[in-house]
Amino acid sequence: MSAVIDNHTNGDDHEHHGPAKGIARWLFTTNHKDIGSMYLWFSFAMFLLGGCMALTIRAELFQPGLQLIEPEFFNQMTTLHGLIMVFGAVMPAFVGLANWMIPMMVGAPDMALPRMNNWSFWILPFAFTLLVSTLFMEGGGPNFGWTFYAPLSTTYAPDTVTYFIFGVHMMGISSIMGAINVIATILNMRAPGMTLMKMPLFVWTWLITAFLLIAVMPVLAGVVTMMLMDIHFGTSFFNAAGGGDPVLFQHVFWFFGHPEVYIMILPAFGVVSQIIPTFARKKLFGYHSMVYAVASIAILSFIVWAHHMFTVGMPLAGELFFMYATMLIAVPTGVKVFNWITTMFRGSLTFETPMLFSIAFVVLFTIGGFSGLMLAIAPADFQYHDTYFVVAHFHYVLVPGAIFGIFAAVYYWLPKWSGRMYNETLGKLHFWLSFVGMNLAFFPMHFLGLAGMPRRIPDYALQFADFNAISTVGAFMFGATQLFFLYIIINAIRKGKPATDQVWEGAEGLEWTIPSPAPYHTFSTPPEVK
Amino acid sequence: MRSRLVMALSLLLSAIYAADASAEYGLNMPRGVTDISHSVYDLHMTIFWICVVIGVVVFGVMFYSIFKHRKSKGAVASNFHENTTVEIIWTIVPVIILVAMCIPATKTLIEMYDTSDADVDIKITGYQWKWRYEYLGQDVDFFSNMSTPKEEIYNAQEKNENYLLEVDNEVVVPINKKIRFLITANDVIHSWWIPDFAVKKDAIPGFINETWTRINEPGVYRGQCTELCGKDHGFMPIVVRAVEQAEYDEWINTKQEEAKAAAALAKLTFTLEEQMERGEKIYTTNCAACHQANGKGLPPAFPALAGSDIAINNLEKHLEVVVKGVQGTAMQAYGSQLSEVDLAAVITYERNAWGNDTGDNVSAKDVVDYKNK
Repeated sequence: MSAVIDNHTNGDDHEHHGPAKGIARWLFTTNHKDIGSMYLWFSFAMFLLGGCMALTIRAELFQPGLQLIEPEFFNQMTTLHGLIMVFGAVMPAFVGLANWMIPMMVGAPDMALPRMNNWSFWILPFAFTLLVSTLFMEGGGPNFGWTFYAPLSTTYAPDTVTYFIFGVHMMGISSIMGAINVIATILNMRAPGMTLMKMPLFVWTWLITAFLLIAVMPVLAGVVTMMLMDIHFGTSFFNAAGGGDPVLFQHVFWFFGHPEVYIMILPAFGVVSQIIPTFARKKLFGYHSMVYAVASIAILSFIVWAHHMFTVGMPLAGELFFMYATMLIAVPTGVKVFNWITTMFRGSLTFETPMLFSIAFVVLFTIGGFSGLMLAIAPADFQYHDTYFVVAHFHYVLVPGAIFGIFAAVYYWLPKWSGRMYNETLGKLHFWLSFVGMNLAFFPMHFLGLAGMPRRIPDYALQFADFNAISTVGAFMFGATQLFFLYIIINAIRKGKPATDQVWEGAEGLEWTIPSPAPYHTFSTPPEVK
Repeated sequence: MRSRLVMALSLLLSAIYAADASAEYGLNMPRGVTDISHSVYDLHMTIFWICVVIGVVVFGVMFYSIFKHRKSKGAVASNFHENTTVEIIWTIVPVIILVAMCIPATKTLIEMYDTSDADVDIKITGYQWKWRYEYLGQDVDFFSNMSTPKEEIYNAQEKNENYLLEVDNEVVVPINKKIRFLITANDVIHSWWIPDFAVKKDAIPGFINETWTRINEPGVYRGQCTELCGKDHGFMPIVVRAVEQAEYDEWINTKQEEAKAAAALAKLTFTLEEQMERGEKIYTTNCAACHQANGKGLPPAFPALAGSDIAINNLEKHLEVVVKGVQGTAMQAYGSQLSEVDLAAVITYERNAWGNDTGDNVSAKDVVDYKNK
């Protein structure tokens, strides 16, 4: 009798229970580490695919005149580039990081809902196959921009819009399930002693992001369903000829869309808040205020959506409300930036690759924040709206924001995942090439927008030629550099020097207490957090 | 090695310098030619300099730490964290800056929203991919299409200095008068923007948006559609010519005369050759963007006319498609966009060009009869 009980209480019971062999490991896995890796590889593949589309756009815009592609195809490229980067590259990459790190950071053995975890990943390849396959269909893929404003995306859309709608539904289901899983894990599976206010900031930012996802993905599902009804079932939600309202589409879309941009940046805030203290060898300056700032940003994100719509002809009162609310976001964002900098101040800094990406994140994201503040001023926004200034703004928050955050996270935690160090020289080279390429690609866009170049045009007036040429050179430089990133990672996994358990001198947190590489099952027995 | 590098660098620099001299490119927002555009420019510069100052202070501290507090320089980490006073200060100070910024922004916005007491009212309608201007109460009503030839776009010809920013019919307005724009759209959402006026307003089907301007200096002002509206979104420019009141009155007169002359044309009959000549011009400005100059279209969205059953056999259907458009497609109703004479000419052209050779000569009367049926 006692032998049986012994068996059940023995924490090492699972030691022999390793991954399945062959393809079955990946198809049927419920292991958070496997699923995390799949998310990350998938998002990298999508990053390259969306990147190729961006390069097609930039190649056409290298010189004035139409050289390579027709306007119709150009619009498909801008649309799919946006959709793939948002839903295929950035969001799955952060879900991948969440899968790997959240259980290891809160001392849980796995995610709370492992089978759902498997399902939420495996929906994605199908959703994106569906979306991208429209390019090869009669009439071409979606060509109405990633914001798919009605009625361009309903009455005037190509027939393949139905595939797009179904694809978006699938992505939404995947995101919602991922978010439920994150919340369930964080709220229920923390190790004893790990109170909410002791959680690492990456966990905090993901908890808040997950609530944002649950709140707004159904709104996106609602808006695409209304489109579906308009297209196939004769309703007139957005069709003015039937008494509908094209502006309603924009209100609903941006009610999803604005929190969505924070969904893409908050986890990156979390990553940077882990990395800067490590390489400054100093505690994060204001842990509590950082948590409150993230929560405030999340709450404010629900009441600023119409700042994307300053030119639709809202009443003055609406215009003023959304202007003031938007400017308010600068306050908690400022708090975060001040905190990162005060953390570095009088630290003992070293500049390994994750730190370089994090510092660039702080500087360049702040530049994106500045242009965001400018865009918030409604009368000035009439000049900036739908120009390349906006393109510059959101690429500054997304590329050195979200994407640099992901790069930083990968370099920071790769030694823990794979048990091997990447080559520091190559990592730094990757950083500098990305940094220069990215700035070369996106900084001139500020000038283009201010000088009057509208976004989403396949050809432009002659005064915009020089900056477009520079931007294209930068884009190709940034794009090519990411193949180099792939090489660095593969090289590290195959031939990198073995990593220590601690990996980084200044690193703190539960994930550094387990061996490198992290065993297939960790924290089968919960650690005690003091 | 080094000399080669120097040579490459100097080449690059001289290339940049040459480009600088030949092309006139803007780095900043134009200050514009209206009082509103001046206030907007001032707002833009104020918030820009606020950002620059904050940036210099914040990044200054950061780079100071990056250079001074390096481990390699023997820096030892101190252990301070959480300071309520500091945290309150860096929350309150931004709030004060923002409130200070809100005051002028609100003032300008209120002014921009005051569309009362206009001297001239112009209704602007966005179509895929052109603009229509109706001078309310003046009987002036015309379309404005981009006039840049395809040859320039496809690099067969050198591009002129107003490449993509030139139209066949300019909007003419008087200076020093309050001009109210009533903006709407016929199909999808467009957006009407002239940077020099700081006027940008979406043209939305089913809505009429109002905005206004008062131009201080005569001149030609150019802008573009700024809301993605389909295939030729990049090819629907806006050109406004601001002139003295006297010249404006004269222009209105000419326009009204032209309209009368066009109406008189409907009573005349034309030979097939005359019809073909007129029809081709109309086809090029109104139809060729989708159905292409060679009549082959871009199927499936934009069907071919060459060899099409409707264009060869079914005249009744042909009239219906052109006059009433096709619901749920990009085919617009041209009945209200073109005169009967022009409709007749373009239908005749389509029935005889590209080997369609029906010999049909559709007259303005046929179109009128169809419309009255």
